This record gives sequence, C-alpha cells and structure tokens, in this order.
Amino acid sequence: MTQAPILEIRGLSKAFGAVKALSDVRFELRRGEIHALCGENGAGKSTLMNMIAGVLQPDEGDILIDGERISIHSPAAAQRLGIALVHQEIALCQDATVAENIYMAAINSRRAPLMNFQKLYADAQKVMDLLAPIPVRTRVADLSISNQQLVEIAKALTLDCKVLMLDEPTAALTESEAQRLFSIVRGLKERGISVVYISHRMAEIFSLCDRVTVFRDGRYVATDPIATVSPDDVVRKMVGREITQLYPDKLAPQEPGRLLLSVEGLSDGRRFADVDLQLRAGEILGIGGLIGAGRSEIAQTVCGLRPRTSGTVALDGKQLRLRGYGDAVKAGLVYLSEDRKGSGVFLDLPIAANISALDLARLTGRLGLLDRKAEDRQAKELTGRLGVRMAGIDAAVSTLSGGNQQKVAIARQLSVSPKVIIMDEPTRGIDVGAKVEIHRLLRQLAGSGVGVIVISSELPELIGLCDRVVVVREGRIAGELTASELGEEAIIMLASGVQDSSNQRQAQNVA
Amino acid sequence: MHAEIKAAGRRINFAQLASMREAGLIVIILALCIAMSFASPHFLTWGNFRAMLMSFSIEGIVVVGMTILLIVGGIDLSVGSVVCFSMVVSGALFLAGLDPWTASLIGIGVSALIGAAMGFFVTVIGLNHFITSLAAMVIVRGMCLVVTKGTPLSLFTLPPAFKAIGQGSFNNIPYVILIFVVVVAIFDFLLRRATAFRKVFYTGSNEKAAQFSGIRTNQVKFWVTVLCSTLAGLAGVIYMARFGAATPTFGAGMELNIIAAAVIGGASLNGGSGTIFGAILGMALLSVVTSSLILLDISVYWQDMIKGCILLAAVSIDHFLHRKKS
Repeated sequence: MTQAPILEIRGLSKAFGAVKALSDVRFELRRGEIHALCGENGAGKSTLMNMIAGVLQPDEGDILIDGERISIHSPAAAQRLGIALVHQEIALCQDATVAENIYMAAINSRRAPLMNFQKLYADAQKVMDLLAPIPVRTRVADLSISNQQLVEIAKALTLDCKVLMLDEPTAALTESEAQRLFSIVRGLKERGISVVYISHRMAEIFSLCDRVTVFRDGRYVATDPIATVSPDDVVRKMVGREITQLYPDKLAPQEPGRLLLSVEGLSDGRRFADVDLQLRAGEILGIGGLIGAGRSEIAQTVCGLRPRTSGTVALDGKQLRLRGYGDAVKAGLVYLSEDRKGSGVFLDLPIAANISALDLARLTGRLGLLDRKAEDRQAKELTGRLGVRMAGIDAAVSTLSGGNQQKVAIARQLSVSPKVIIMDEPTRGIDVGAKVEIHRLLRQLAGSGVGVIVISSELPELIGLCDRVVVVREGRIAGELTASELGEEAIIMLASGVQDSSNQRQAQNVA
Repeated sequence: MHAEIKAAGRRINFAQLASMREAGLIVIILALCIAMSFASPHFLTWGNFRAMLMSFSIEGIVVVGMTILLIVGGIDLSVGSVVCFSMVVSGALFLAGLDPWTASLIGIGVSALIGAAMGFFVTVIGLNHFITSLAAMVIVRGMCLVVTKGTPLSLFTLPPAFKAIGQGSFNNIPYVILIFVVVVAIFDFLLRRATAFRKVFYTGSNEKAAQFSGIRTNQVKFWVTVLCSTLAGLAGVIYMARFGAATPTFGAGMELNIIAAAVIGGASLNGGSGTIFGAILGMALLSVVTSSLILLDISVYWQDMIKGCILLAAVSIDHFLHRKKS
C-alpha cells in the first residue's frame, strides 16, 4: 500500500501525575481495515483512544490523519475530522429518548429554534434498525444495558465518520447482537471506513479483524496481520511481563486441610448458574475472570447478600440457611466488598465504629447499650494487628489513605473471627506497600486455619497469592487451575473462552 | 472556628467537628444574650427566658425526631401536619366523650401509624423521604380539615389535671419544659449509646456499606420514620393541653423551622451526622433571635428573612467543612 495510512500515531506519550499511561507508542490504521487493539487492563488502550478522540491531550508525539500532522483539541474537533469513538462505558442521557441521543451532536449544532421531531424519529429509526429494532421514542433509561450499548453504536454510525473506534463494544451484548454488530462493522469496512476494535475476546478479533496491535504496560509491543499469528501468540504478547512483586510463600502441595466451604449448584437465575466451589482450610482460593463475568455476584450470593434460585452452601459440613447476610456473619462467613468507598467503609464515621459495624450484638451489653470500652479495645487490638497508620481510633476513616481504609474494612471482617472470608478485589487501588502487607495478612489468616477466597482482576495477584484459582466466564465456572498450572495465559484463555487452538479454529469457522 | 480547623489539620474527626459546632453555637447564643441584655432591660428576666423556653420546648420534641431522621438520611416535611392531626384527633375524641388521656394516646398512636405509612412507601415502594413526606404533609393537613370540618375545636372543658401538662408547673418550672428535657435527655443518651441507634448512623453514613455489614437498613429507616411521627404526635397533644383548643391550621410551616434548627445544629441533609444537643442549640438560637427581634421592636415582617439568612449561613459552613474533610 503506497497510500498514507488514514490514521497514524508516532511517539505518543501521556502521563497522569507520576503514572505513565503511555510511553512512546505508535499505531497505524490503514484505509478500510479493521484493526484490533489488544492489551490487559491498564495497558493504555483506552487512553490512546481518548487522545485520538480529543478527550485527552498527549504530552508528546504526533497524530497524523491522511499523512498530515494535526492536533485534536476537543471531541467536537475529532468529529469534524471524521473520528468517532464508542466508549466502553455507556455515556447516554438516561432521560432522553433513543432518537434524541442518537442525534445529540446534530441537535446540538442546529441553529433553528424548533425541532422537527417527526423527521428526527424517522431518521433515527432508520439508523437504529440497522442494529436492532429498538423503538427510538423509548427513554434510554428504560433499555437494557445491551440495548443501550447498541444505541451508543448507532449514535456513532450517524456521525458520517472515516475512522470508527469501538472500545469493547461487545462486553454487554448477547451473542446474536454481537453477530449483528460484526456484520455492520464488515459493511462499514466495505464502504471504506476504517475501524479500531478493542476487545478481550480472541474469537471476535480473529474472525473480524485484519491486523492486531498489542500494547503492554503503556508500551507498543507489536503489530501483525491476523493471518500470521495465533490467539496464543497474542495472549503471550499481552502478558509477557515478569512478575516482580513479592508474594508470601504458598502452601506445600497436599497440605490443605478439611473442607471448610462447599458450594453446590448455585444459581441466581440471572447472572450465573450451576456454580460449584470447594474451599479447604489453610488454602487461598482465587476467583478470576473478566469484569462482569459474575464473580462478585457469586460471592455475594454465597454470603446471602443476594437471593439465589437454587443450590446449597455448606460451611464446615453444615448446610447454611441464609435469610440475609446477618445469618452468614453469625455462621462465620464474611464478604469484603470490592467498592471500598461505595460500600466498604463508612467514610464519615470513626475507625472504631467502622470496625464494630459487622457484629454490634457482641459489643452490646444488657439494656441494649453499646459497650464503648469493648468497642475501643477491639479497635485498638485489630488496628494494631493490621498495622493501620492513623491518628487514633476516633479519627474518621476519610482521613486515612486508601490502603489503610482497606485495612479498616478488613479489620471489620476479622472482628467476628470468621471461618471463611471472601475478599473482592482486596488490593484494588492501593499502593504497593499496603498491598504486600495485605497479601501477607491473608496468607497468615489462611495459615491459622481461616478459609480465604480472593476475587481479583489482577492476574499477578491471583498467580502470586493463590494456591488454586477457579475462572468464571459468563456466569459459569470455566475451569480450575492448580498451583502448578497457574499462569497468566492459562487464566486469560479460560476467562476469554479460548481454550486451545482447535477451539479457536471452530470459532473462526462458525463466524 | 476557621483557624481551629486549619490547625487541627488531618487529625480532625467527626465527634470533634460536632462538638466544635456545638461550642460555636453556644458562643453565638451567649454573645447574642449578652448583647441583648444591654439593648433591652426585659431580655435578661426569668419571665422572658421562661417564655423562650416554653416557646421552643414543644417544638423541641419534634426536633429530636427530625434530627434522628436526618441522621438516617431521611427528612419529614409532614411533622407540622402530624402535630396538628394528633391535636385535632385527640380533641375530637375528647369532645365525643372519651377521657382526654385515652384520646391523647389514640392521637399519638394515629401519628405513629402515619409514620408507618410513610415508612412503608419509603422502604417497600422505594420512594424517597422528601416526596413521601411532602405528600403526607398535604394529605394529613387535609385530614385535619375533614375531622374538624374546618373550624377550630374549643376544648375549654378539658379537665384541669390534663391542662396542667401544658399550663401547670412544678416548683415554678413548667411541665412542658420538664417533658422536653426528659425527651431530649433520653434520646441524646440513646443516640450516643444504644446499639439500635448506632445502626441509624451506619445507615445514614453509607447505606450500601451498612447492608454489607448485615444491617437491615430498611428496618432502620422504617422505625426512625415512625419515631419521628410519634414524637410529632406527642407534641400535638401537649399543644392541645397548652392551648385548650385544636385548630386545623395549626403547625403549618413548623417543619421548616424544625429542619432549620436541626441543620443549624449540625445534622447533615446527606445523613450520617447530627446530634440532639446540637439541634436543640439550633432551636435555641432561632428562639433567641426571634425574641430579640420582638424586644427590639423590629417588625415581624423581618423575622422570617433573618431566620432564613441564619439557616443559609449555617448550611454554608456545613458545606465548607464537608469539602475540607474530603
């Protein structure tokens, strides 16, 4: 191809504070190709898309359109250049109709004082019908997430763009909706529109795309024609980093003790089905999988925080009958939420009150009065044990750093001397030092006979910390990896549904 | 106050903030009192103080319930209507031949039921407190008019023993003030010490986190809503004893004064914080201001405006402190 690529990135860098999101990356998009962009969470894919779409400004480097250096100051400027981005997160006006959302940009630039709603609805319906027969007079808030995602895509289709960037467009779509999207994307390609396609799903990438570029830790790794690589190659390129973090020693093989927690055939009728889990004393069990695969839902259902439709949970050989989370706590089964600020801690309240929230009954004396001395004692004991750095147990949790807030949340779980503790993303968003401390603590807990389950999206954490990992895909257990089988590639393959190359070929043939 | 906050820096915590707020209010109230004692010879008299205390004692009972409801993250605009409804129901039952004590108990019970109905709409149906209680405010006011057919009930036949609740005194201290002090003392203690009320703070501070701690937050919100209406009902029957009458328009606009007092006293409209003592100080401040304006012969027309400005100042300070914290 002698023609200049429609979009070219040269030496682009971007830092957020001290964190380098992208360093010196390049990327090239040819006219009329579908180009996959791959990388783990945090590899910098979305950052690059946002810079091309004018949402963020690069610190260094050039963006070239049709061989010409340009700067893109704003999303509106990107639109004028014919660049459209469909965000991973849905960004629609929930209270407006589908039609109003689809034509928001056009409505915004109109000068006429009145709207011709008849025409708006007719035009919008035409665009929408390409994807799915969603009535365009519906309020967006009344649509399912997958339909909202389709509206988001329809919106981009109206922009008359030259370059369309799709950031994990199928994350919320069903299989048939995804198939319809693929045929539309292929249609766009035939019309000469170039597409950047971000996805974790290897099957999609290999059936849809022409070339694939891999980023890792904010750096460019490689670009290959899809015909010359295998999914395994791509995964290896995505992961190929050394694990430098220090993790505590694992269990020696065959050491795990008696069966502590046994979950059989658990379903909630919506997000997951037929989940079996076994946890033995002394081991740390990891649960891996993509975001949205249903890991948190499974854990919350096990603990009685969400209703189940079938299945049993047995703790220490005894069937649990949970009417609510309170019952699970009494039985010795606790859950640490993944959303620390949203549902993990009480920011306004003192540390001591945060720690005692899980089991007030134990601190309550006669007459229903709280024993403040016992509460303080408990807080001092646990914060000391976990090494919480604070001004005092009366300080509000909001005064602590993220890592110390998390330790307070863990202290609350430990206050009831649990038999099994389920931690959802226990080290998300906290600094490395605190992370190592929390990992040691978890290993220590496991060593003292407490069952520990860790849900994590961070592969190094699963591999470094856990004795065994089960991987969840689309609400089902996709597989289990023992300590000797643990590896990033193995987890990614289970999580994304690429089991081996023969499977892969099947997927390609189907598409 | 500003300088203190800065100096304390990161070490500041919520209990300290609350007590600083209370200390600040006490200073302001005392300063106003001292200034007024020079401005008007009538201000620093037992008669005037008694009148001020009387004027906010009964409302103060309602403030207690409102403060607890604000802490749980709710609000109740219907308290003025409920005060009135409790009053007219009790009055009507008395006129129908019931003894006043039983009539009052029924009046309070009916108030509790109104609270339960609101609690139902908030927790089961899932409406928010603001809208639910706005509707209740209008509905219950309408019920007052229906019960009385729009005309005040004259209750001068109430037995003296019952009227004494509102008009009598013990060692020159009106029963009204005694009841107020007892209610405040009980709930201030419970709010600080009782496990059940600790759950109110958890729920108001972060409902999701409270649920993830096994707290049944809907139950907590329900019972606090009932409590607030019940205390309003109690206030209603005391008003009846005090005035010897039941007027179907009584208490209109009272809710705003009460919410203002609680907020000036440090209760956050976002839930999770507030103290009874602070709310009572807020009430006292509003009362001292009103009394001062009257003694200074300032036109009544100015009163609402000035109270509104005080509220705005208090809420601004609150907002400022919250921003500082995060």
